[in-house]
Amino acid sequence: MKLKRGIALIDQHDQHGFWGGKFGGSFIPETLKKPVEDLTNKFKKLRNDKKFLKKRDFYFKNYIGTPTSFVKLDNLTNHLEGAQIWTKVVSEANGGAHKIYNATVHALICKEMGKKYIVGDTGAGYAGKMLSMAAKKFGLKCKIFMGAKDIKRQKPNCDAMRKNGAEIVPVHSGSQTLVDAVSECMRYWVSNCENTHMCVGSTVGPNIFVKICGWSTAQISRELKVQLKSEFKKIPKKIKLINCVGGGSSAYGFWSEFIDYDKKQIELIGVEAGGPKKSKLHAAPLSRNAKIGVLHGAASYLCQNSEGQINDTESISAGLDYPGVSPIHCFLKDTKRARYTYATDEDALNAYVMVTKYENLNPSLEPSHAFAEAIRIAPKLSKDTVIIVNSCGDAKKDRDILKERLGKR
Amino acid sequence: MVSLLNKAFQDAKNEKRPALLTYIVAGDNTKMKSLEILKSISNYADICELGFPHNTPIADGGQIQTSAYRAIKNGIKINDVFSIVKEFKKSKKTKPIILMGYYNMIFQYNENKFLDKCKKIKVDGLIVVDLPYPENKKFAARCKKKRINFIQLVSPTTSSLRLKKIIKDSHDMIYYISMLSTTGGKLKVSPKKILEKYSKIKNHNKSKNVVIGFGITEKSIKSLKKADGLVVGSAICKEISNSIKKRQNPVTNVTNIVKRLKNKIK
Ligand SMILES: Cc1ncc(COP(=O)(O)O)c(C=O)c1O
Repeated sequence: MKLKRGIALIDQHDQHGFWGGKFGGSFIPETLKKPVEDLTNKFKKLRNDKKFLKKRDFYFKNYIGTPTSFVKLDNLTNHLEGAQIWTKVVSEANGGAHKIYNATVHALICKEMGKKYIVGDTGAGYAGKMLSMAAKKFGLKCKIFMGAKDIKRQKPNCDAMRKNGAEIVPVHSGSQTLVDAVSECMRYWVSNCENTHMCVGSTVGPNIFVKICGWSTAQISRELKVQLKSEFKKIPKKIKLINCVGGGSSAYGFWSEFIDYDKKQIELIGVEAGGPKKSKLHAAPLSRNAKIGVLHGAASYLCQNSEGQINDTESISAGLDYPGVSPIHCFLKDTKRARYTYATDEDALNAYVMVTKYENLNPSLEPSHAFAEAIRIAPKLSKDTVIIVNSCGDAKKDRDILKERLGKR
Repeated sequence: MVSLLNKAFQDAKNEKRPALLTYIVAGDNTKMKSLEILKSISNYADICELGFPHNTPIADGGQIQTSAYRAIKNGIKINDVFSIVKEFKKSKKTKPIILMGYYNMIFQYNENKFLDKCKKIKVDGLIVVDLPYPENKKFAARCKKKRINFIQLVSPTTSSLRLKKIIKDSHDMIYYISMLSTTGGKLKVSPKKILEKYSKIKNHNKSKNVVIGFGITEKSIKSLKKADGLVVGSAICKEISNSIKKRQNPVTNVTNIVKRLKNKIK
């Protein structure tokens, strides 16, 4: 299994949609073959269409707001007395998280396909909130599928979705989290694919959805590359790009421009949700060495039992609380280009406390997992090492959980 | 040698009626009960489909999901599914049985081991919901080698070109999904429309047995009588749920439904 240079990772799959010969694919019911094929053809055309690209760039700039800032966290750096800690504040993007890139692109594609309805899944509520925003912006009717447990724990984002005129469909089956929301969304699409476009909220699902999402979030690393050059004159010698991994869309977006670099120069570190310290449950298929399996139309490392039933997961972070992971991250793991680890709920909370104590930054529980790893390794590293954390979400949505776990602050 | 599936279709044809195919989930609501149900309804059904339950069934609606979750909760394992088939075939040697489920369970069991096991216990056919053509080519070929029917699915969204290829690659039976829906949806297309598409499929190759499924109930079954076979699943699973709720014997109730279904197409 080998990575190719000079070709975007999203395009390094074989004719059946598999990365590294075994991750990804399109394990879908027959009914979805046609809509998936239509979408695949449309996307192939659009990504080479100058007019469409201009439109994308226009909305990225004027609607999402690019570039998001790249700043040094001086206080945290001084406190930890090791590597420099920097962050890309992707949460500055319109809506408060990276999910806006994928949502905007899907809404644009939906328009191009002449469909009036758009549906999507959400866990943390950001993917849903952003899709509802984009739908409103482009005049589409929007339905969001969300686990009942997540509706409770991410209320601020649900309020936003409703305000944008989207319908939230609560999902009560299974663990009532993201995995069930994605299943129900796919079921809805099977029944309504004639006039409805589906957006998958991360780099997961059938091959084409991995590609569209990765193509969209790649904006993050395009910006970062420019910012690095302007800040340091050239790309520094020792960089570590740390990102939380749920489905893996923010991590791919943060890394895509840097995958061709030698890992000695730019190390890619993905941080999954380790769940509560005392629990056996987690959402860390890569770092806890889960076996490969098929979920939601793609093969990936997957939290499952020996029979192939999908395991319950547990994480304080709704956005990372998913048993599968993007096939492209499985590929990056097996080719050893990226390293994957996990942070527990407690690690993430501690990191949140430390970051907010020293910095004027309010990362949500998802990027707090990434900060936990940064805080763990920074003291052991030289001062010329540049750690960059993707602060891909804002903690406003986590208000209730933080209050419950940390008390009044 | 004529497969049991082909023979079941031929027998129905001789009686000038479509074959009746029933679907239940193995282990719903217990291993013993589902075996009892299976044996009992097979007195009326021509072909029995048996689902091996998965906890993330992306193409199933509420009724079949409920059955699957119930079976899993009651501890059903893939080896139990196999033993149900084995036990069933002891007394119902000539009744064809089709296993139906999602690919991950076959993948985890190991494709070859799964097929060896199916062959050994005399499974007649396999439907894998999320392994479409052409991704299923290799697997379908492996099935054929072991004389297990791999059943291709065709839907209203299947293009003509694709249809041609799928039929060419199919074995004895083709499953036409009546409408854009998960299982258990209301029949939202007119029987006339469904039969039009059915005829199109049939005209490609008359020797293939084409069955129609999804949304078929006691109400609608008669209107689709022209088909080679008709599949009823959710309506049966729903009856199991109702029987449990009312603390009645699901074996009797489900058998009665199947009996009525059969009478409607005679
Ligand atoms: C702020 C934030 N970060 C990260 C994630 C995890 O998703 P991904 O790994 O695709 O970036 C989510 C998902 O909801 C999120 O809302």
